[in-house]
Amino acid sequence: MLEVASIKRGIVLDHISSGNGLKIFNKLMLDQVDFPVVLLMNVSSKDMKRKDIIKIENSIDIDLDFLGLIDQNITVNVIENNKIISKKKVSLPKKIKGLFSCHNPRCITNSDDYVKPTFHLVSETSMEYKCSYCEEITKYKL
Amino acid sequence: MNNHKIRHLIEPEDFTLEELNEVVALGKKMYEAPAEYKRACEGKILATLFYEPSTRTRFSFETAMLRLGGSIIGFSDANTSSVSKGESIADTIRCMSAYADIAVMRHPKEGAPKLASHYASIPIINGGDGGHQHPTQTLTDLLTIKMYKETIEGHTVAFCGDLKFGRTVHSLIRTLARYNTKKFILISPEELTLPDTLKRSLKQDFDVELQEARYIEDVISEIDILYMTRIQKERFFNEADYARLKDSYLLNQSKLSHAKKDMIVMHPLPRVNEIAYDVDDDPRGVYFKQAELGVYARMALITKLLGVDVSC
Ligand SMILES: [Zn+2]
Repeated sequence: MLEVASIKRGIVLDHISSGNGLKIFNKLMLDQVDFPVVLLMNVSSKDMKRKDIIKIENSIDIDLDFLGLIDQNITVNVIENNKIISKKKVSLPKKIKGLFSCHNPRCITNSDDYVKPTFHLVSETSMEYKCSYCEEITKYKL
Repeated sequence: MNNHKIRHLIEPEDFTLEELNEVVALGKKMYEAPAEYKRACEGKILATLFYEPSTRTRFSFETAMLRLGGSIIGFSDANTSSVSKGESIADTIRCMSAYADIAVMRHPKEGAPKLASHYASIPIINGGDGGHQHPTQTLTDLLTIKMYKETIEGHTVAFCGDLKFGRTVHSLIRTLARYNTKKFILISPEELTLPDTLKRSLKQDFDVELQEARYIEDVISEIDILYMTRIQKERFFNEADYARLKDSYLLNQSKLSHAKKDMIVMHPLPRVNEIAYDVDDDPRGVYFKQAELGVYARMALITKLLGVDVSC
């Protein structure tokens, strides 16, 4: 198996569904940072057939809400001094501000620059979010 | 400025049922003895911020404020005012908060009055936002039902026409569900049925029965309150569909002959051709009275939001 040196300090996003790694990499704009980043794709896994992994060397703020929207299988490992100090599963955020736009073309959030689209979760299974302004439902898709 | 916490009316849910009842009761008192309230809002200014023209709603608000002894400022069309130059709602409303004591906003974009309320230091009233909500029409409707049916609860209410984009319908149906109305009849063409999200929340939150019908004649004998709405030509893809459907949703004397003797016919106005002129002389047609009552519902609302003492 392909080996990549483990990191001393930083974040490892593990158990990313195969194929989502690159999307997350792009969404987090990791191609524009100046610290070491590794994207592993199609790694064999015990509990998943294949998975993607992203390793980020350096402690950066990762938007966990955002990861939850993309892939709820992800585990976020925070590493300090070669040790995993926290291991978190991501979940769908209950409230979202500004991460995506309201699908209703008549919604004020699509025409007034001042306001950030704000939603709350109404259905976990279908990832449906209700807009706080126009009350229309937006289904999140990556 | 007063010490009372600023209240807004953006959607009917901003008021509890007790508060809605309070506004309806006060509206009724104002209708019965308007002279007693002619100085209630002396020295207060209402700003009418109409980002799209709506003569009827604006006149209703302006009349309400003038009858309370207050004054008005505002614009009736965003194209003729500075707001067309792309000023954000947040900026407009922060300035307006310094000029006026209370404001009503009409806006083509859904959620605009809610956005305004986040930046206002005066009460904001939603005067209609896109196809979303029109809560002062709801107050008007509640007052009308109270006047003609004595109670707001316990009637079989039917909505007819454009239920998809009809914001007056959306606001009223949610509110009547809160008043424990258990059954609604929805009469509309397939293209203009009530939005699924609203149907879902009505069923989930209030366990109401929604009976859908395609023709008025099929259900008219069961109805206590028939709420008619306008079907706009622009909602249809082609002229032929519109022509075919518009007569199905027209109420006339011959259809009305099968209705209960004490049924009432309501309409937010303006009507185009969904109620035939021959219905106007029927005592069941209360839509012009409804428009008149709208002024008193708005008077009651303005005094409530301004926190002025109206116990006379
Ligand atoms: Zn929206």
